[in-house]
Amino acid sequence: MREFLAEYGDLLLSGTLKTLAMALIGTCAAYVLGIPLGVLATATAPGSLRPHRGFNMVLGWIINIGRSIPFIILLVALIPFTRLLMGTSIGTTGAIVPLVVAATPFVARMVESSLQEVGGGVVEAALSYGASTGQIITKVMLKEGLPLIIRGASITLITLIGYSAMAGAIGAGGLGDIAVRYGYYRYQDNVMFATIIILIVLVQGIQSAGDLLARVVDKRNR
Amino acid sequence: MIELADLSKTFVVKGVAHTVLDHVNLTVDDGDIFGIIGISGAGKSTLVRCINLLERPTSGSVLIDGVDITGYSGRQLSDLRCRIGMVFQDFNLFAQRTVLENVTFPLEIRKDPRHKREARGRELLELVGLSEKAHSYPAQLSGGQQQRVSIARALANHPSVILCDEATSALDSLTTNSVLKLLRQINQELGVTIVAITHEISVVQKICNKVAIIDDARIVEQGLTAEIISNPQHEVSRRLLGAVSWDA
Repeated sequence: MREFLAEYGDLLLSGTLKTLAMALIGTCAAYVLGIPLGVLATATAPGSLRPHRGFNMVLGWIINIGRSIPFIILLVALIPFTRLLMGTSIGTTGAIVPLVVAATPFVARMVESSLQEVGGGVVEAALSYGASTGQIITKVMLKEGLPLIIRGASITLITLIGYSAMAGAIGAGGLGDIAVRYGYYRYQDNVMFATIIILIVLVQGIQSAGDLLARVVDKRNR
Repeated sequence: MIELADLSKTFVVKGVAHTVLDHVNLTVDDGDIFGIIGISGAGKSTLVRCINLLERPTSGSVLIDGVDITGYSGRQLSDLRCRIGMVFQDFNLFAQRTVLENVTFPLEIRKDPRHKREARGRELLELVGLSEKAHSYPAQLSGGQQQRVSIARALANHPSVILCDEATSALDSLTTNSVLKLLRQINQELGVTIVAITHEISVVQKICNKVAIIDDARIVEQGLTAEIISNPQHEVSRRLLGAVSWDA
């Protein structure tokens, strides 16, 4: 065990950090883009604050198209775009673009469903006190939907950890890359198992932290 | 004074028109506690929502203090809604805000400074008897307490009118009485006009000085509560009052 750690400890640690960096940066960027999209999808839905059938349908299509492309294909298909945007299509930097593109529609739908959960009653109450559309979005929908949005964020982060492992296949680095290089090409099962264990611990940790945070933030159940 | 003049509302659902309000005429004077009673589906919720334009009437007009507000939108509509508080059957409190933050919400959206909001909020919580709950969350309160919070919230902007949409229908009878007492106190001490939608005749008997009976989108009878209860003219009124015999 000690020998194993001495030999591969640094490698695994840097791989873990890279994986976490990719997933975290990807999740943050996906929320920056996904929250406005989710808000737009909710607010323009029939019977909502600013119903707009055409816009809502087109937005829905775009989100669905984004969600229907398997990540491994997106990874390859986006190479030219990634190169244009980041200057490179390989490494951790190159992986961020496809991660964000894959996660944004996912986040948009999750934010949309969180906001729908907020319910018409409180929105109507806010309207009856003269709140504007913008105020209802920020002060009612996003505020009341926050615990659900936090739960969604931990799901997104976990999904992106999985995706970033796939990105490892095209040289993105991180735990996926290590598992493929050592486990697949060199038959070093022990290194591969180590990455699996680290991934399991990461996922469990993120899920628990997300649940805890959502519980602390949510004032409904006490 | 609130006047509804020839007010109609028609919803079109899948190409079929449903008339929910059919040429309604109604006058609520300042200081009234005006009950609007009818069975579910009679159109009363839509009626009360036309007063602050949560529903847009299809035709006819809503006059508040003689001013036709039917065409209001944007800033004008916001300002109008500030002058009309509203209380809902399911309270519609903000679950993620404290009681105090709920009460001061109408002031927050008008961008009143925090210290001013909080002072007003505490004043209102004292009025509804929930001062010690200022920092609790709605989920920690009973139904009756939640409705008191929502009444306090409705009063935040010093409205001249409060609209109550089945304000006591989700409460048991004891709690109903205490909430009704609070509404009457607000009416008498603050001079706030109250328009109360209900399906319970007891609510009308307990607090309303005037009543309108709505049935199938139409107002069938309106006047002083005492007169209508002692001498109902319309068959629907008699039925709501329980005055019709079983073989009818």
